[in-house]
Formats: sequence, structure tokens, C-alpha cells
Amino acid sequence: MTRSTKMRTPLKNVRRLGSAKEGADHFWTQRMTGVANLVLAVFLVWLLASLGGAGHAQVKSALASPLVSVPLLLLILSAMVHMRLGMQTIIEDYVSSEGPKLVCLMLNTFFTILVGVASVFAVLRLTFGA
Amino acid sequence: MGDAKSVRGGAKMARPLSPHLQIYSPLINMVMSILHRITGAALYFGSVLLAWWLIAAASGPQYFGYVMYLFGSVPGKLVLVGFTWALIHHAAGGLRHFLWDTGRGYDLKSIDLLSWGTIAVSILLTALVWSVVMWLK
Repeated sequence: MTRSTKMRTPLKNVRRLGSAKEGADHFWTQRMTGVANLVLAVFLVWLLASLGGAGHAQVKSALASPLVSVPLLLLILSAMVHMRLGMQTIIEDYVSSEGPKLVCLMLNTFFTILVGVASVFAVLRLTFGA
Repeated sequence: MGDAKSVRGGAKMARPLSPHLQIYSPLINMVMSILHRITGAALYFGSVLLAWWLIAAASGPQYFGYVMYLFGSVPGKLVLVGFTWALIHHAAGGLRHFLWDTGRGYDLKSIDLLSWGTIAVSILLTALVWSVVMWLK
């Protein structure tokens, strides 16, 4: 390494590129979905506690109501966004080498979307009764 | 290590490291911070349980009955109690973070109170929820 290359800092690479315009986005979305989750998780605990030992017919008729299925869909959406951001932070903290980090971040997105879409599909199927 | 020559040459030398987990004696706010992350990660994978329950209900009475039998078994119930506690603990920790986001509650007394409060509230509410579940049955 020559002296001149050593003098360069990463700042040079980002000068004049402008900001990424999403500095506070991760933080803000995590808080916003956190607030939503607080309300919706109370609903979930109430729903699951009241359906504790319920049979299939009872669960199906409960989920046929939009008053149950809509909050449930909202919870799934909000929770998956919250989960993805939270796990992203954990990955960025503990996986330091670039390659495995990228793979983990990608798997994180795939996992949350898979769980989310599968849950939404199941709720819609129960609601519209296939 | 750390002689003048190696410093000037920019060669690898042992850098001072900041003390880490094994150096500090555990403080309650540190334990709650770690638990917030652990419960968050547990809920991440635990979300599969909710998805599984919903898919089972959407698949029909027979498969739903099988899944409910698994959830109703002793190990199943233990997992569900753990899930309930993780959810409530993470929610209580979230509330604490919302307060801290406003810049309040950073004095040592409040930090201790909030941290002990998180664990106390999460255990009490979990016990309350499961008492109601058992009572409804």
C-alpha cells in the first residue's frame, strides 16, 4: 500500500452521491409497527385465549367475521415488517463477513414474506370459506 | 507488541479492546436488554406457530384436531406459555423503549425500576392470561 492510498478515507467514495435518503426509515418503521403490534397483540392474546380449547367449527365461525379477520391480517402485516427489521439488526450485529451477511439478510426477507403470505392466505381462506 | 517500529509501519498489533460481556457483572437493565433481543428472536421463529395454527384451521377439521392435540399436550402447552411470556416481555420492553425514545427515564433509579418492572409485569401478565385460559376451559 502506498502512502497516498492510505490517506484516502471511505468519505471519498460517498462524496457528492447525496444521502441515501433513508437514514431514519428503519428506526421509524420499527417504532410505528411496534405501536401497531402493541394494540394488535392484545387482540391476538384475547382471541387465542377465548378460542383456547375451541373446536374447528368455532374457530372457523370466529374468523368468518371481519371484526376478527381484519385485525388478524393487520397484525400479520405489521408483525412481519417489525420482525424483518429486528432480525436485520441482529444479523448486522453478529454476522460480520460480507457474503454470509448478504445471504442471511436475503433469507430474512424470504422467511418473513413466506410466513406472512402463508398466514394471510389461511385467514382469507377461512374468511371467504373455501 | 506496541513498540514504536510496528506502530509506524502500520503492522498488525494488539489493539485495546473494550470490555465485553464476560467482564461486566450483570445489571438488571443489561439483562433486560439481552432478554428483549432473545424474546424478539424467539417470537420471530414462534410466528411459525401462529401461521401453522391458521393453516391448520384453513385445512379442515381433521388436521386442525391433530394440531390442537399437539398444542394441548404438555410440551405443546410449555411452548405456548413460553410464547406468551416472550410476547408480553417483548411488548413491555417495547413500552420501556418508547418512554426512553422521548428522552425520559434515563436516571439510574428509573432505569432500575423500569427494568425490574418489565420482568415483573411480563411474569404476572403471563400468569394472568393462562389463568383465564384454564378458567375458560
